[in-house]
Amino acid sequence: MTEPIISVRNLVVEFPLRRGLFTAVNDVSFDIMPGEILGVVGESGAGKSMTGAAIIGLIEPPGHIAGGEIYLSGKRIDNLPPEEMAKLRGKRIGMVFQDPLTSLNPLYTVGQQLVETIRRHLPMNEAQARQRAIELLGEAGIPSPETRIDSYPHQFSGGMRQRVVIALALSAEPDLIIADEPTSALDVSVQAQIIKVLKQLCESRGAAVMLVTHDMGVIAETATRMIVMNKGRIVETGTVGDIIKRPKEEYTIGLIDSIPSIRDETRRHEVTPAATQLVKVENLTRDFDLSPSFFDRLVKGSKRSVVKAVQDVSFGIRKGSTYGLVGESGSGKSTCARMLVGLIPPTSGRVLLEDEDIWESGSGTQKRRQRVQMIFQDPYASLNPRWRVGDIIAEPMRALKLVSGKREAEERVADLLEKVRLDPIVMRKFPHEFSGGQRQRIAIARALSSQPEFIVCDEPTSALDVSVQAQVLDLMRGLQDEFGLTYLLISHNLAVVRQMADDVGVMHGGVLVEQGPVDEIFDDPKVEYTRMLLNSVPDISKVE
Amino acid sequence: MSTPQNPATPVATKPPSRLYRMWDSDVFFSFRRSPVTIVAATVAFVLVLAAILAPWIAPYNPFDPASLNLMDGFTAPNSNSMMGNYFLLGSDHQGRDVLSTILYGSRVSLFVGVSATLFAMAIGISLGLTAGYVGGTTDSIIMRVADIQLSFPAILIALLIFGIARGIIPPSQQEGMAIWVLIVAIGLSNWAQFARTVRGATMVERQKDYVSAARIMGVHPLVILIRHVLPNVMAPVLVIATIGLALAIIEEATLSFLGVGVPPTQPSLGTLIRIGQQFLFSGEWWILFFPAITLVLLALAVNLLGDWLRDALNPRLR
Repeated sequence: MTEPIISVRNLVVEFPLRRGLFTAVNDVSFDIMPGEILGVVGESGAGKSMTGAAIIGLIEPPGHIAGGEIYLSGKRIDNLPPEEMAKLRGKRIGMVFQDPLTSLNPLYTVGQQLVETIRRHLPMNEAQARQRAIELLGEAGIPSPETRIDSYPHQFSGGMRQRVVIALALSAEPDLIIADEPTSALDVSVQAQIIKVLKQLCESRGAAVMLVTHDMGVIAETATRMIVMNKGRIVETGTVGDIIKRPKEEYTIGLIDSIPSIRDETRRHEVTPAATQLVKVENLTRDFDLSPSFFDRLVKGSKRSVVKAVQDVSFGIRKGSTYGLVGESGSGKSTCARMLVGLIPPTSGRVLLEDEDIWESGSGTQKRRQRVQMIFQDPYASLNPRWRVGDIIAEPMRALKLVSGKREAEERVADLLEKVRLDPIVMRKFPHEFSGGQRQRIAIARALSSQPEFIVCDEPTSALDVSVQAQVLDLMRGLQDEFGLTYLLISHNLAVVRQMADDVGVMHGGVLVEQGPVDEIFDDPKVEYTRMLLNSVPDISKVE
Repeated sequence: MSTPQNPATPVATKPPSRLYRMWDSDVFFSFRRSPVTIVAATVAFVLVLAAILAPWIAPYNPFDPASLNLMDGFTAPNSNSMMGNYFLLGSDHQGRDVLSTILYGSRVSLFVGVSATLFAMAIGISLGLTAGYVGGTTDSIIMRVADIQLSFPAILIALLIFGIARGIIPPSQQEGMAIWVLIVAIGLSNWAQFARTVRGATMVERQKDYVSAARIMGVHPLVILIRHVLPNVMAPVLVIATIGLALAIIEEATLSFLGVGVPPTQPSLGTLIRIGQQFLFSGEWWILFFPAITLVLLALAVNLLGDWLRDALNPRLR
C-alpha cells in the first residue's frame, strides 16, 4: 500500500474572538493518495477553506491550529517554523485560488512570474526555466504558449488566467495541490475546460489534489473521493458515487436534495399557453458609448468605440409565467433587466407593459413604478445597512404613497414579513443581523410591498448556499401562485432556470440566440451555443 | 468565512437597551482597549467642560476692566500679587489671571473651531454628494475647484478671505463680526477635504443595489441622497471632522497669533500666545507657556481621538 501524500489527523482550528472561542475546523481527519482528487464540499462557513489554509500554514491570525497533526508524505508539517513552511509552499504544495486576477501580479508578465517560481524551487538557469514555463503553459491548455508567455495577466481572459495560475501551481512539481473554489468565478463553459485541465494534469503527474468547492456538480465531475463538511466537522466521507447516489447522513441527504439539476423535469404549475402577454419586449437595443473624451478624439484622433450590449432582443412574457434568461457573463442579460425595470434607458426598441411603453414619459413611468419590481443578486448590497428592516420594506409603499400613516404601513410590513416566512418582530432590526438567505427574503418582501405584477429577478440565488437557494426558490414559487406574479428570472445557473421557468431565452454576446418553452430548449437545443452551454454544466446526475 | 457565528452566544430573549448596545459595540470595545484613547478622551472632555463652564469656575473675570488692576501685573505662578491676590498660573502685564484667560480663551478657540468645522462639513458634504451622485461635468467642476484650493495652504486661503471681508465690512462693525469672519474663513479653507472624501464614498454607494432599488420605485434623487447615501458616507466624514477640528483650532490660533483673528478684547488661545511671546525673553514665561500648553493638549487630544475613530471605523484594520 502506498503512503498518502497528505494525512490530516484530528485537526482543530480555533479563532479566539471577542465573544468567545469560535471553532472553525473541528476534529477533521482525512488522507489523500498520490494521483487522487479529494473533493471537499460544504456550505459557506463549513470550514472547508480553513482546512486548506491550515495545511499550507496560512491561517489568518488570531486563528491558529489548536490541535491535531498534519503529515506531508509522512513528515509532520503543522508544527514547522514559518520559514520552513514557506519553503514547502510552492515547492511541495501548490495552490490555486478562486480569483485568478488577484493571485497573479499585474506588474509582471506571466513568464516572469513562472520563471521566478521555477527557479526558486528547482535548480535551473533562466533559459531552462523559460523552456519549462512554456511547456507548463502548453500543458495547462494555453494555445501558442511561446508567444503568450510574454503577456501580462490582464491580457488573458478569466479562464486563461486561471490556467496560468494552475501552471504556476504546478511549476515546482508539487506533490499536493490545494484548489480553493478554482472555478467559482468562471462561466460554465470555461469551468468545464478548467476542470478537464486540472484532472488531466493530476493524472499525468501523480499529484494529489484537494479540491475545495461549494459546487457539488464540479466535484461529481472531477473527484474520486469526497468529504462533506458542515459547521467545521466532517459529516460524511466516501467515494463520490456513494455519497451522491447513496448519502447516509441526514445533512448530506438534504444537501443533495436541494441541488437543482438541469435534467429535472418536474414542472410545478401549468400556465395556459393562451394567457395574455403581460410584458412584451420589442427590438430592444442598448449601446454603451466607451469613446474617449471629446478632447482626446479631437487632439489625438482617437476613434469612437461603442459596445453593443444588447442587440435587437424581442420576447414576450405570459401573465403568471416565468421567463428565464440565461447566458454567460457579458451576454447582456443584466443590461436587459435594467432596461425592463427602468434603470437604464434603451438605445432603441420598446418595453411594453400591457401595451404601454414603460419608457414613455408620464403614465408609462407611473405604471412601471407601481407594477414592476426587482430582486437583486447580492442581498448584502441591496438593503441599506443603516435602515431598519421595517423601513426598508415600507419604502416602496411610502415612495408611491400607497399607505397613509405609520400604523397602516407597519401592519402591511408585518403582513409581508409573514408572507416571506419571517417573524414580524424582526422589523425593528438592521440588515446585518440576518443571514444571506434571510436578507434575500427581506428583499423579496420589499419587492412585494408595492403589490407589483411583474418582478425582475437578477440572479436571485447566486450569492446563496444551495440549501438556502432551494428555500428561496420555493418561496418565490409559492408567492407566484399566491399573487399571480410574473417573473423574469435571470441566471447563469441553468439548473435553476430549468426548475423555475416556463419559457427560456438564451443570450450570447448581446443577442437572443434561441428561445422557446423550457423543456424544448433543454432537451432539444437547436443552436450550437445552447448545446455547448448545456453540455458544460457539471451535473450530479452524470455520476454513476 | 464571512461572519463567524458564535455558537456560545445565547439567543437574546429581550433586546438589550440602546445604551448597553452602544457600550457593547465594536467601536466602544476598541475604545476600552486603547489606554491612549481613554487618556485623550479624558483630557479633551476636561478641557471642553472647563471651557464651557468658564464663567462659573474661573477665579477672575479677566475681561471686566473694572476688576483689573495693573498692580496685579506680572505675578509669578502660585504666588500672591502686591495687592494680595492669589494667581495659580500667574498674571499677565495687565494684571489678568492667566488661568482665567485660558478658560475664556479656550471657549473662544473651541467655539470658532467647532463652528468652522461644522461649516466646512456642511459645504463639503453637500458639494461632495452632488459631485459623486451627478458625476460628469458637475463633478469635474466641483472637484477641480477643490483641487485648486487644496494646492494652496489653508492658512493662505483663510488670510485671503479675511482680507476680502475686511474690505467689505464697514470698520465700525469689524470688531463684532471678526469672530464670524474667522469661522467663515477657516470653514471655507477646509471644505475640500470633506468634499473629496464624500464624493469618493458616494460614488461607491451610488453603484449599490439599494440605490437602484430606490430608483426603481421612483424615489426623488434628493431623497435618495439624503436618506440613503448620506448615512452610509458619514463614517469617514466623522473621522475627518475630528481631525479637522484639531486643525481648525490650530488654524484659528495661527490667525490670531498673526493678529488677524479675534480682537484682543475677546482673546482666544492664539491671541494669548501672541501677547505672551512679547514677555518670553524678559522672564515672564508663564504668560506664554500655559496658553501654549493648553493649545497643544487640546489639539493633541482631539487628534488622537480622530486617529482612534479612524482605526475603529475602518473595517480593514479591525
